[in-house]
Amino acid sequence: MVASGATAQSLCDLLEASTRRHGDRTALVSPDGSATSYAQLEQHASAIAAFLRESGVEPGDRIGLCLPKGAASVAVLWGAMKARAAYVPVDWQGPAARNAAIQRDAGVRVLFLGEARADVLREWPQATALPTLVRVPMGRTGAAGAFAAVVAPFPAAAIEWSAVLRHPPLAPDGAGPRGREQLAYILYTSGSTGVPKGVALTHGNALAFVDWASEVFAPTPDDRFSSHAPFHFDLSVFDLFVALKHGATLVLIGEELGKEPKGLARCIAEQKLTFWYSTPSALALLAEFGQLAAHDLSALRHVLFAGEVFPLPALRRLTEQLPRPAFWNLYGPTETNVCTFARIPLPIAPDRTRPFPIGPLCAHCDGLVLDEARREVAVGGEGRLHIAGPALFAGYFGRPDLDTTVFFERGGRRWYDTGDVVREVAGEGFHYLGRRDRMVKRRGYRIELGEVEAALQRHPELREAAVVALPDAACGVRIDAHVVAVAAPLSLIALKRFCAEQLPAAMSPDRFVFHPQLPRTSTAKVDYPALLRVSSGGGAP
Amino acid sequence: MDEIANELRRFLLAEFLPGESAANLRDDTPLRTGGILDSVSTLKFVAFVEQRFGIEIEAHETGVRDFDCIADVAALVQRKRGR
Repeated sequence: MVASGATAQSLCDLLEASTRRHGDRTALVSPDGSATSYAQLEQHASAIAAFLRESGVEPGDRIGLCLPKGAASVAVLWGAMKARAAYVPVDWQGPAARNAAIQRDAGVRVLFLGEARADVLREWPQATALPTLVRVPMGRTGAAGAFAAVVAPFPAAAIEWSAVLRHPPLAPDGAGPRGREQLAYILYTSGSTGVPKGVALTHGNALAFVDWASEVFAPTPDDRFSSHAPFHFDLSVFDLFVALKHGATLVLIGEELGKEPKGLARCIAEQKLTFWYSTPSALALLAEFGQLAAHDLSALRHVLFAGEVFPLPALRRLTEQLPRPAFWNLYGPTETNVCTFARIPLPIAPDRTRPFPIGPLCAHCDGLVLDEARREVAVGGEGRLHIAGPALFAGYFGRPDLDTTVFFERGGRRWYDTGDVVREVAGEGFHYLGRRDRMVKRRGYRIELGEVEAALQRHPELREAAVVALPDAACGVRIDAHVVAVAAPLSLIALKRFCAEQLPAAMSPDRFVFHPQLPRTSTAKVDYPALLRVSSGGGAP
Repeated sequence: MDEIANELRRFLLAEFLPGESAANLRDDTPLRTGGILDSVSTLKFVAFVEQRFGIEIEAHETGVRDFDCIADVAALVQRKRGR
């Protein structure tokens, strides 16, 4: 019998229950192949929690992680939650300035930093005190980002990882009473003004989703889950907490392997994975480059995808190569996690061209389709999907101004405007139609085009920059940057390098178009429709 | 070796850097850490190299440390063809 989320007050209750039942079983397989048992994970997490308490961390504080995926990063996030603090993960290979901006925005008390990333610390302004630092060894991860050339020294005051783990474990109630309303983690996503925004989620939010997933997918301790998504991406919530709630094994896929389809196919076979969850982009690459036929993938029971629309030809190719598992299309923004779901009926008819629906609402979510004036739209009509229920996030961290733009009250309940335009079809649930703002999805990542523009506008040799996104057969969505150089056109190589230093890889423009000046509307605003015509080949720059 | 490097350069310029001057894409220009190739374009580049030079490149040979510039890739091609 698995602990019901209905009685759990915290995600930590789930890990502790699994440890009591399955202490000797393998909780984690690290990217280097080493195994961590439930008892070891619980012990490390409790030692980290004790260290955090000793360092003055109070309930409600934030703990930062800039670490590669591995047993250490998993132990840190559990340790943070056991201390009743919220964990704040970032893309450890991401630009230093962006990572530092996120950790500063969250006001982290303690930062667990991979030893190769001391360059992140240079981005703290002198006036702001650095958080308490823990230096975490990374071993050979086989990975390096745009920071590869930067070797920054660690401050002498940094605490060694091994010293943290020597703390005697904190008891489950050692940080005071747990409650579902307490923050568990803050996931930062692209912000339209150039500043990432922190989606703050509570233990109750996560437990509502985890319990729903338990009901639908009924995992067992014999299951082996993939952990493909990085921890700052909300797909990881399923991997981390559903797998460990059920005493199953979570196979951590490192950042480099995650991008390498041939190696991923081998990993699914060798690790005998039963659950796979990732973006459609990763699965499409697996179908195209993974040589799936060369492997025995018969253990796989469920393939879940979320984060973007799965282009039908790629989905068909994948399901033809993997006819056994059930395929599930999950939909939901980070603010709610998954709120609709649908199983893909197989085989996919060869003449089908219509995308699959995102499906009906999950049992723990309520939904409304509303028009611009917030009037309810009848089944069959177009409108924006609004969600209510226990999975609804607490708010944007430190940004009540943003909260007022997405929340409203109706019938005594709080509703969230997803911004996603949908149509409900009787018997099928919702169909996703798109968005009316400047947010796009690429490789599962939410990208505010305004954030890309803000980064380009920081380039000293660019006078102006405007960015458009358009559909692309090869990569789903292409991002074109239209720019005006101060003097002569810049080297493309130099521009791309600048972007790699400023933006996560998924946000870097694919193409640059130089203009003497940007086209303007009669009200002197950038004429985006004109730029889109240029991008799609309908007009000269 | 120079011929291999030039062939790689021609492909990279045509495919990922249209309009860029060949002189700016040096043998040691970082391709991955410099933002020229992302994860998807890296796969395309690997597929091109395999096909054009008739070699098989293993996953562990395409890590960022060993596969980040034209010189790295040209050396890998030469090593593989020499076998």
